[in-house]
Amino acid sequence: MLEPWIFIALLLGAGMLLPGVTIVANWLLAPKKPNPIKQSIYECGIETVGETYIQLKGGYYIYALIFVVFDIEAVFMFPWAVAFDKLQLYMVMEGVIFILILAAGLAYAWRKGVLEWV
Amino acid sequence: MDWQDFLSVLPFIIVAGWATILLLVDLWIPANRKGITAGLAVLGLIAAIAAVISRFGIEREAFDGMIIVDGFSSFLQLLFLGVGVIAIAQAYDYLRRRDIERGEYYILLLYSLSGMLLMASAGDLIVVFLAVELLSIPLYVLAAFAIPKADSEESALKYFLLGAFASGFLVYGIALVFGSTGTTALSGMVAAIESAETTPILLLVGSGMILVGLGFKVAAVPFHMWTPDVYQGAPTSVTSFMAVGAKAGGFAALLRIFISALPGAAVMWMPLTMWIAALTMAWGNIAAISQTNIKRMLAYSSIAHAGYIFMALPAAATPEVAPEAVRAALFYLVTYAITNLGAWGVVLAMEKAEGSGLEIEDYSGLGKKRPALALAMALFMLSLTGIPPTVGFMGKFYLFQVVIDANLIWLALVGVVTSLISAYYYLRVIVVMYMRDGEPEVRSEALLNSTIFITAFGTFFFGILPGFLLKMINQVSLLDLFR
Amino acid sequence: MVLLEVVQGGGLFAYAPLIIALPILGLITNIIFGRRLGERFAGIVASGVVALAFVIAILQFLALQAHPEGVTIPIAEWISVGSLSVSWAIKVDTLSTTMMLMVTGVSTLIHIYAIGYMHEDVRFQGDPGRYTRFFIFFNLFVAAMMVLVSADNYLMMFVGWEGVGLCSYLLIGFWYEKGEDGIGNAVAGKKAFITNRIGDFGFLIAMFLIFGAVGSLGFEEVFDWAHAFGEENVLIISVITLFMLLGVAGKSAQLPLFVWLPDAMAGPTPVSALIHAATMVTAGVYLIVRSNPLFSVTASTSNIVAIVGTATAFFAATIAVGQFDIKKVLAYSTISQLGFMVAAAGLGAYVAAIFHLINHAFFKALLFLASGSVIQGIEAGHHHAEHEGADIEEPFDPQDMRNMGGLRSRMKVTFWVYLIGALALSGFPPLAGFFSKDEILVDARLENPALFFLLLAAAFLTTFYMGRQVFLVFFGKARSEPAAHAKENPPVMWVPLVILGVLSVVSGALNLPKIHTLTDWLGTTIEHVHITEFSFSVAGLAVVFSIVAVVLAWMIYGRKPIEKGEADPLRKILGPIFVGMENKWWVDELYDFLFIRPYVAICWFLADVVDWRILHDWFHDSVLASAYRNGSQWLAQVFDLGIIDGIGNGLGNITKGASQRLRFVETGYVRNYALAILVGGLLTLTYFIFG
Repeated sequence: MLEPWIFIALLLGAGMLLPGVTIVANWLLAPKKPNPIKQSIYECGIETVGETYIQLKGGYYIYALIFVVFDIEAVFMFPWAVAFDKLQLYMVMEGVIFILILAAGLAYAWRKGVLEWV
Repeated sequence: MDWQDFLSVLPFIIVAGWATILLLVDLWIPANRKGITAGLAVLGLIAAIAAVISRFGIEREAFDGMIIVDGFSSFLQLLFLGVGVIAIAQAYDYLRRRDIERGEYYILLLYSLSGMLLMASAGDLIVVFLAVELLSIPLYVLAAFAIPKADSEESALKYFLLGAFASGFLVYGIALVFGSTGTTALSGMVAAIESAETTPILLLVGSGMILVGLGFKVAAVPFHMWTPDVYQGAPTSVTSFMAVGAKAGGFAALLRIFISALPGAAVMWMPLTMWIAALTMAWGNIAAISQTNIKRMLAYSSIAHAGYIFMALPAAATPEVAPEAVRAALFYLVTYAITNLGAWGVVLAMEKAEGSGLEIEDYSGLGKKRPALALAMALFMLSLTGIPPTVGFMGKFYLFQVVIDANLIWLALVGVVTSLISAYYYLRVIVVMYMRDGEPEVRSEALLNSTIFITAFGTFFFGILPGFLLKMINQVSLLDLFR
Repeated sequence: MVLLEVVQGGGLFAYAPLIIALPILGLITNIIFGRRLGERFAGIVASGVVALAFVIAILQFLALQAHPEGVTIPIAEWISVGSLSVSWAIKVDTLSTTMMLMVTGVSTLIHIYAIGYMHEDVRFQGDPGRYTRFFIFFNLFVAAMMVLVSADNYLMMFVGWEGVGLCSYLLIGFWYEKGEDGIGNAVAGKKAFITNRIGDFGFLIAMFLIFGAVGSLGFEEVFDWAHAFGEENVLIISVITLFMLLGVAGKSAQLPLFVWLPDAMAGPTPVSALIHAATMVTAGVYLIVRSNPLFSVTASTSNIVAIVGTATAFFAATIAVGQFDIKKVLAYSTISQLGFMVAAAGLGAYVAAIFHLINHAFFKALLFLASGSVIQGIEAGHHHAEHEGADIEEPFDPQDMRNMGGLRSRMKVTFWVYLIGALALSGFPPLAGFFSKDEILVDARLENPALFFLLLAAAFLTTFYMGRQVFLVFFGKARSEPAAHAKENPPVMWVPLVILGVLSVVSGALNLPKIHTLTDWLGTTIEHVHITEFSFSVAGLAVVFSIVAVVLAWMIYGRKPIEKGEADPLRKILGPIFVGMENKWWVDELYDFLFIRPYVAICWFLADVVDWRILHDWFHDSVLASAYRNGSQWLAQVFDLGIIDGIGNGLGNITKGASQRLRFVETGYVRNYALAILVGGLLTLTYFIFG
């Protein structure tokens, strides 16, 4: 009756173990020589100005979202490009449609003025 | 894979593709002429309706069983598309009135519809999940359409958070089913139950979670609590669409999964669904009594009706009754769709620009001021109660009969008693309309009026002559997954 | 060539449903657009759809050439209760197609005529808005008539039967606020409707009996049954056919239910021509002919039918002699001619009945339309005379023949077509009426000499009153100012008249002696067809009678035309008999005395004495009320308040309380809702794992 649960329990354990091991190993193995510069907040190599807990502009979020979308597109396009000469026609068409859909999204965002940074 | 496969999902492709194209077209339509977008959206829906009708009577599987085309899916798709047309017609003037007219409304509606279409013909749990998300996410956005109104935002956020929570259950359930059977295909579930001596417990747990996820979509007790808040806060035109479309979509998946993929485990899920049905009917109807806001009242009413449709599931556990149960559920869905769209249409007509006029008391004197509208509302209320000569009576009659055929007398009794309770709050609306004096402020917009007229006519017509609908439904059957 | 193939393949039958659909389409179009797009549009649409229906009827006729056995086209299942199963199906055979051709053809002409007639009429009556309504009713009538003749079962036929009755009612009372005392027309409509109800009641009973005996209402099943088991069921068939005869008497205005038809002349003249002369009133004849397998079985009913028809033919003819209203004469003439048809059907001469029906449709429609033309001509003259300041006695009745005279020269076309119609009706060879009436007379002589002589007398009277009418209207000098100023109507009115005139001349050729086209044609549908040979002695006798009648009419009315204000010369000759004719033999008064007054008295008795005094004053107020008061006192105080209300309120309060409590669960916090889902989910899983 409970046989399948053993599998799940093992999976759960393994799942918690893996990140745990890396974190603990990191904590154990890393040399600890702190100084104020090392402990300051890292922000793209530029020093922070003012309070860090501030409300961000919504546009920033959408901007990031569109960036991520095209990131993902690239992820799909690489294998697609590599296997291009082995693909059947409809697979190519599917790829094209995928890009067109994303392009439509971009066009929409563009027209709506999302890409303007005000 | 061949072109036939694409033809099988043609309605979906038409609606989703048309939505994407409209998204671009709409960018160049001036803000004060968004009626063009609405008209184009309706054109797309008509094309999809033609596509569905053209393949009526065909039964096949496509994309290796991911998509199922059968009478069940075609019928539901027709229902969804019809609901879509009416929803667009209802929204047009309402959006203008509330000054939230944007072309995206119709586009999001199309996307949501495409999810429903996919749901109707899903033959694989992955497709079910995809469809649920495609159905829901545009609805979350639509619920927030009256931004920056606080209730609309609150409604959308609640719906989104709880929806995501429920989706978690759903996807986790799918994962467990996959873990147990090694496939996500519905036919795989059938095979797994057939081959094993006892039903694998992982499969059961997985399907239980799927039940939770879909139970949330159809607002069954105890997964219903979001409903009144969300229905009340969302713009009324969205509520109308959500109450009918999303619920029908959820039931499409529930019926498909439990009746056609899990009949082997019926002994297990029968008592559970029975209790859910009974609880939902009781809770929805009892809680509706103390509502003073018409939107909340109709929200509880929609919960109660989910309970009635849910009765088809335990009834279908008896194999001989199963085909009839599916048909009764479909008939009830049509009943519910026609009547509810009409009732929400009246609510739309009564709502004022700033969003007030939604208390039941505001309906005082409607019978004198707008006799036709009041008559239509009275008809809808009678239909929701299930009093002849309305289609609601036929729906309840058919459903109760199936439940009794399956020997679930006490469940049918619960249904009858809760229907009696429901008369209390439905008839109160009629009493307020006709017997109280008042000066309601009512809009008269051609499109909205015509939707109310059409639904009222349907409510009455199918109430007297249900034969046409029954004939159509009698040809519906679920594709046998195990042939 | 293609057409020929389609014809021979029977493909044209598929268009038959259009014959009903087209008039309906027309009336819907007129309901929606008629008022907005004006008179011309409404008239053309209405006439156009009927003309198209006529074309469809011709197509059916062509198709029947290749397939004389006909077809039944199912449209939809209608009623299916227990063993009763009735469907909408259109029966196309030679009989129904004959009726379709006649009805749509005559209707087309009358529709066209009505375009012109109603244009004047609505203006004369002072409400031009009703023009469209007229054509809507007219199209509805054609549709209902088509349902009636194309039915393949009694129930569907009954739908058409009631439909034409309704249209008749609507159109008789078309000017419902006009007429005697402002409600004369409405009363006439009501009378027609109620009298018809009596007939319909007979038809209904007949249908019930048929269903009881046969278990079906389809013509085919019923007739097959009559063939197979008719002999041993003569009694029930006799009863069925007798009740059917009651229906026929109502619809086709036979004794004793004919009284509505003369009053029905209150409708506009095209209505009189189409509904109350050419088509609807012949429905009864059609019913008998259609049901011939039933009537053939029972000799007794057939005899009664023949006697009723003959009696009606003679009786109505005598009344027609004494009428002064131009349309009333024609109305009684119609009743009389319908009597001829019914008599023929009763004698088993079904083909002769249909033959006379068709001929009668042509010449009686012609006569009515021509009389309408006369009336309108005189009305136009009335207006004209008023303009010139002539002295006219008011109220002026434009339909009274005593106000006419000398119209021959002023309305030439109308005169000639009227003369043709009158001759055709009188049965002068070689016009239409000669052949069909002769066929009936020959059959009567073979079957029943007594009836033969009565029919011959009716034919004689027919010629006489038509001669009287023609002489009074068209000859002599004008007896009033309007008649002196009468003028001919526009072509839209007289062209249909001319066409009908030509048809009245030639339609006798449908069933010429020795050739028998119609007999052969209908022989495929009607089973008991016998060929009636032409008899010179009968024909000669009839013609001699007719000539004598004309001469007599000329002697009385033609030689010395009556002067203005002079009494009818016949009054002196016939004395009290003429008074009887003039007063319609007091049938209406008799009915009033026999039925209506006793009925009213019974109603009063029931209402005043039984209901009010006994039931209300005594029984209710004294007996019931006191018992009730005491009983309810107890029930209310003790039983209801104490026990029932306790339970009812208790249940209600519990439900309401539960509802109130459920409200508190709905907190509005997402976290609580999510918790509910989680708990529900956990319960579900627990059940599945441990359940």
